[in-house]
Amino acid sequence: MKTLTALASFVALGLTTAAQADIKIGATVSETGPAAFLGDPEAKTLKMMVEKLNAAGGINGEEIALTLYDDGGDPNKARTFATRLVEDDEVVAIIGGTTTGTSMSIIPVAEDAEIPFISLAGAIEIIDPVKEWVFKTPHTDRMACQKLFEDMKARGITKIGMISGTDGFGASMRKQCLEVVGDYGIEVLADESYGPTDADMTPQLTNIKNTAGIEAVLNPGFGQGPSIVTRNYQQLAVGLPLYQSHGVASKGFIDLAGPEAAEGVRLPGTALLIGSLLAADDAQKPVVDAYVTEYTAAYGEAPSTFGGYAHDAFAILVDALTRAGSTKPSDIRDAIEATSSLAGTTGVVTMTPEDHLGFDLSAFRMLEIKNGEWTLVP
Amino acid sequence: MAELMQFLLSGVTVGAVYALVALGFTIIYNASDVVNFAQGEFVMLGGMITVFAHMAGLPIPLAALIAIAGTAAMGVALNKLAIEPARGAPVVSLIIITIGASIFIQGVAQLVFDKQLHRFPAFSGDTPISIFGATILPQSLWVLAGAIVVFVGLWAFFTKTLTGRAVLATSNNRLAAQLVGINTNWVMTLSFALSAAIGALAGVLVTPITNISYGVGIAYALKGFAAAMLGGMGVPLGALVGGILLGLIEALTAGYLSSVYKDAAAFVVILIVLFVMPSGIFGRKSTDRV
Amino acid sequence: MTTKRVTLLILAIIVIASPFFFPSNFYYRVGSLIFVNGLAVTGMVILIGYAGQISLGHAGFAGIGGYACALAPVHLGLHPGLAAILGAAISGALAWAVGRPILRLKGYYLAVATLGLGILVSMVLANEAWLTRGPDGIEVPDLGLNDVLEFVGIDISNAQFWYFFSGLALVIGAWIALNLYDSPTGRALRALHGSEIAARTVGIDVARLKLQAFVISAVYASIAGSLLALQNKFITPEVAGFMHSIEMVTMAVLGGVGSVLGAFFGAAILTTLPQVLTVFQEYEQILLGLVMMLCMIFMREGLLPSILRALRGKDK
Repeated sequence: MKTLTALASFVALGLTTAAQADIKIGATVSETGPAAFLGDPEAKTLKMMVEKLNAAGGINGEEIALTLYDDGGDPNKARTFATRLVEDDEVVAIIGGTTTGTSMSIIPVAEDAEIPFISLAGAIEIIDPVKEWVFKTPHTDRMACQKLFEDMKARGITKIGMISGTDGFGASMRKQCLEVVGDYGIEVLADESYGPTDADMTPQLTNIKNTAGIEAVLNPGFGQGPSIVTRNYQQLAVGLPLYQSHGVASKGFIDLAGPEAAEGVRLPGTALLIGSLLAADDAQKPVVDAYVTEYTAAYGEAPSTFGGYAHDAFAILVDALTRAGSTKPSDIRDAIEATSSLAGTTGVVTMTPEDHLGFDLSAFRMLEIKNGEWTLVP
Repeated sequence: MAELMQFLLSGVTVGAVYALVALGFTIIYNASDVVNFAQGEFVMLGGMITVFAHMAGLPIPLAALIAIAGTAAMGVALNKLAIEPARGAPVVSLIIITIGASIFIQGVAQLVFDKQLHRFPAFSGDTPISIFGATILPQSLWVLAGAIVVFVGLWAFFTKTLTGRAVLATSNNRLAAQLVGINTNWVMTLSFALSAAIGALAGVLVTPITNISYGVGIAYALKGFAAAMLGGMGVPLGALVGGILLGLIEALTAGYLSSVYKDAAAFVVILIVLFVMPSGIFGRKSTDRV
Repeated sequence: MTTKRVTLLILAIIVIASPFFFPSNFYYRVGSLIFVNGLAVTGMVILIGYAGQISLGHAGFAGIGGYACALAPVHLGLHPGLAAILGAAISGALAWAVGRPILRLKGYYLAVATLGLGILVSMVLANEAWLTRGPDGIEVPDLGLNDVLEFVGIDISNAQFWYFFSGLALVIGAWIALNLYDSPTGRALRALHGSEIAARTVGIDVARLKLQAFVISAVYASIAGSLLALQNKFITPEVAGFMHSIEMVTMAVLGGVGSVLGAFFGAAILTTLPQVLTVFQEYEQILLGLVMMLCMIFMREGLLPSILRALRGKDK
């Protein structure tokens, strides 16, 4: 029994380290695990922005204390950490949920406790139907599909093949794409998939290549898969337009796939990737430029689209806290819902009670890789 | 025909990767009856150290040598610090120890390196080689050659050299091996160094094909473990055949049946083979001591 | 008093008395996770500790139990509680069907076969999106018992409800396992653990016994999976994943797989550890790996037996 009490006090010691500060906000992201390369830039971005904000005097004179947990991409852990943020750390708002699975696990906690929650994951289920306390910053998968199909339609493509990852990202986007593809008069003639750790996708691509009539190929996926698909695509000399998803919208993708194999690949991306190509009067340009400069200075690497999601979530929260002038969760929630024309890295956000995302398709930009660089598709 | 050929080439590409990892399991298992679940981390270290040494300005061959030597040292440390003190522990404890080691090495790697995906250029370029209308990348041939060289080396080591036989003798009966004058501690050290080096070599060879990041180890360990068990644990030929077979099953399933269930097909085949041959295809039949 | 009564008494005291020391509601969540894991691990005690078999795929059964609670209420109109029982029945049936051939294997071969079984289950859960909604997971309906309690005048929060409900499940599970230990079957199982050949020569039906242990432990894992899904109101295929299987085995062996109390101790430590380790931030994984290695190297029979022996040693 003695050991038990000792353990209990050790636990209690470990759990009560939240810094004393004026405004407590919490975050749980996947800094490790299979979604680490999404969660890692998110965590780095949040730490950097909190530091910068506090150095500049905080919000209405109050400093922000961020409690950040790493859920490793495990939805069960994410729920436990969300409970801890609410019950133990007594935060007034939560950012996080790198993956759809972790976000969906956090939602019941936030809804029960009536704490605003800004998710960083893609699935449309997170905000549709609208949940009172839940918001999100990334485009939905459905919007990415729509943007891609718009571009295909403009090029006169009507028959495509798909090859999707079986991980959460790929499977969810595949489902959304199959739901909306009919609206654009496009037919999916081949529907293949691959596992997140696979080393070679030539069998699937061979089947797509041998399907008569296919005019383009779409690859919803993230992580190492899409770069291998892109290289295999070149190896087999498929020779049709290749579309990737926003899941690989980072400079790293071009390096991994190799500029030669990636030549001509199109994908829907955010303003973040092409800061220097934005028009001088673009509302997002100053935000994107500032974020890229600060992040690169702090961590010695270019930020990814995913870090941008965390940037926007924090910017929305800070904006709401400033306008609310209060740290009551319900006031913060109302203020977030009243967010108007806030320029982020992903889009210009205007929330309403019916729309907890706050922007539409136009926030996506169609990008094409040329000579190892991102270019805007006119 | 070209289609089947492409599936076969893909299967050989993937299978060679599995075979290389599976071969790494062989020596440690032969020396100590331990299936080292941290074997996948050796693959990861081989790739990651090469990537970072290369980024620091070293040419790739030198970076790869450093990676292999460094990983071998890591293997020796693993043996000295975790496996030797646990001698005689039951199978389940050893599984937990090596998985603990795997988590530990991952934790260190994410601190020392980073969490991003990396790759370095293929050794002989990316121009596909055409065979009967199908294609294979030169790097896949490197992996295949690596697997065959390691296999032949191990086979010769275990059957032709005194040291190799000492390893087998240590595995069969440690005490008896000591009595006939075998330095069993040295045998263990050597086994871990060799296994880790083979793992690191695998990492160096496959990185241009699959990319590398700090977290890939467990996936390699699972597939390599499955391949080694399919062929028969401890037998180099089993590791080679098991690996290639696993790759072929996956590629043919993906090509002809369903790409969603290609991994499932691989495990179903493993289950069926084990039901019929409880020690794998080439495995030695084990007998219980009363 | 017998070991059985002592064990049950200690577990009951832990469940009832711990809340007096809880600084916040969050601890009820951790407590209920400990009890749910403790229940799954009690099944591992029967499989590993009593029968001496190993499984790296038991999370698959937890997945079946969890998804039964998500799917049966929607598709079959079952109450979530009944769905948990259905899940347990399916898990038991699956374990029975595959158990006989699988359990002929030994050591690492048994490990890889069970590993394959677990991976197959998690792949079906992740890929049959028309039914399971895929890797992103699916909502689980409310059990509704807390509302009933509220109706009869007991007003407790959801976290508190699940704490006591899981605690009750754990005590019942431990009671069944301890009864099994004292039964003729239990004695035969232990004989089997000692030496399979010796057990066979004294006329024990080894294959049937192993199968029984496998099926019972699968049912424990399944119920634990159901409890987790019901309290989270959400479940993903991760619950059936390889790392979750490893976690179950580690909890059992770390605490001391020979006894229910030891295994519970392991579940308590490994469930709390990630919460304590958040203080160390990026060193979390390194420390977790270290704890696993050090415990197994220096305390082979598990933490609880080793600690008890050290204490007894001091008394002398």
